Amino acid sequence: MTRGFFLALLLTHTAAACLGGPAGAAPISYTLPDETAAFKPGPNLEVVQNNCTACHSADYISTQPRGPKFKKDFWQAEVTKMIKVYGAPIDDADIGKIVDYLAATY
Amino acid sequence: MIDRREMMKRAGMAALATGFGSFRALALDAVTLPIDNGERPLVKYPQKRPMIGLTSRPPQLETPFSVFNDGAITPNNAFFVRYHLADVPLNIDPDKFTLEIKGKVGRPIKLSLKEIRKLPAVELVAVNQCSGNSRGFSNPRVAGGQLANGAMGNARWRGVPLKTVLDKAGVQQGAKQVTFNGMDGPVSDKTPDFIKALDIDHARDGEVMLAYGMNGEELPVLNGFPLRLIVPGYYGTYWLKHLNEITVIDSVFDGFWMKSAYRIPDTACGCVEPGTAPKATIPINRFTVRSFITNVTDGAKLKPGGTTLKGIAFDGGKGIKEVAVSLDGGKTWTPAKLGKDLGKYSFREWKLPVRLAASSFELKVRATNNAGDTQPAEPFWNPAGYLRNVIETVRVTAA
Repeated sequence: MTRGFFLALLLTHTAAACLGGPAGAAPISYTLPDETAAFKPGPNLEVVQNNCTACHSADYISTQPRGPKFKKDFWQAEVTKMIKVYGAPIDDADIGKIVDYLAATY
Repeated sequence: MIDRREMMKRAGMAALATGFGSFRALALDAVTLPIDNGERPLVKYPQKRPMIGLTSRPPQLETPFSVFNDGAITPNNAFFVRYHLADVPLNIDPDKFTLEIKGKVGRPIKLSLKEIRKLPAVELVAVNQCSGNSRGFSNPRVAGGQLANGAMGNARWRGVPLKTVLDKAGVQQGAKQVTFNGMDGPVSDKTPDFIKALDIDHARDGEVMLAYGMNGEELPVLNGFPLRLIVPGYYGTYWLKHLNEITVIDSVFDGFWMKSAYRIPDTACGCVEPGTAPKATIPINRFTVRSFITNVTDGAKLKPGGTTLKGIAFDGGKGIKEVAVSLDGGKTWTPAKLGKDLGKYSFREWKLPVRLAASSFELKVRATNNAGDTQPAEPFWNPAGYLRNVIETVRVTAA
């Protein structure tokens, strides 16, 4: 499927080039590659997958700084930001589970 | 916003890919950035060469640093990518695209891409740098996209001055700011859409630009096709991609991405004591002065004798006056020869022939702009990891 879209993109651009510019250019279809990161195994993995993956991929988490200063308080602040600022619809009962998973796993 | 079915499809595809225990060969290889937890996949996206993958949804791609040694202009296929929200526009019809200018204007207008391209065009070479560029080097480390130095690039932008289209619509008396919105958006309607604002005088300065061209080509999709905002000298957060909505307002915009995010301490250095919180903040604005050695990497082993060091420098628009290089950890400095001047918003190349005896060297590079602003010997710190411009150090051994 990815290859098909690569081709579509290529054709679109070829068409534009033939017409000497964007006037009359065909619509562009772009396909993002499949994701390469997954959440690491850990406690409450399913809760995390259900709550986090709708808006962002797992690499948003795995690339964060590590070490003793980046444990429970750090992840609690991040989860709170997701709820308060970005409006993540996370049940109160799940918040602690998510923070525990993040602190234990990353 | 994308509908729920599409959202589940996109998330499901991710689950599927991992479920089979295979990453479908799109991670070509891996690189390790010089920071803790710096392992990153090299990923291949349409219209892009292999790039350093920071995140995949929404996509964030960092430019491999070696690209900056190839010239002052960053190729389109190597230019960094930064999205905030996962509803990225993937199907764009340039014939149906319109840019709307509304709000406190005499005549609200909608311009097609064809109409915009018929307006008198301007070209400008300008650096775009992500506010979070180099955040991974913050000490103490801070939350956010953990980037090395590759979230920057320099391109020749072609388009029309924002002033031209604002004048067409007729800005009304009492206008204070102009807001910018693009076709990308959040997955959830509870997430604040990515909207940025500039003061009206800045928006009408004749330099802020609506660009449809980049280095002689159309904008790559991931760099904002078919139209993006160019805010010369200012951090990338203002350079709205897929720009289709401009609103003139008579107040100071209080949306999340201006009022709460992308803020720097309201101090002369934009910094605070490491690990502390600022008393007051302002929106991030112009780039600090930066310079890099691009042809020698940290830890490199060189042959003793003559060699030419080279690199790039840039600032927020005063223009680079001097680049100096130190071979002895900052004790003595020698001015480098500046390359071609592509404009005050561009990368400025520099080079310096040096002789290295058989020994270890702490190479440093320091730029100064036409206002006399330069780079600090020790890094400034702020809670979001913005504005990094410490004098860069490259340690090499000649043996």
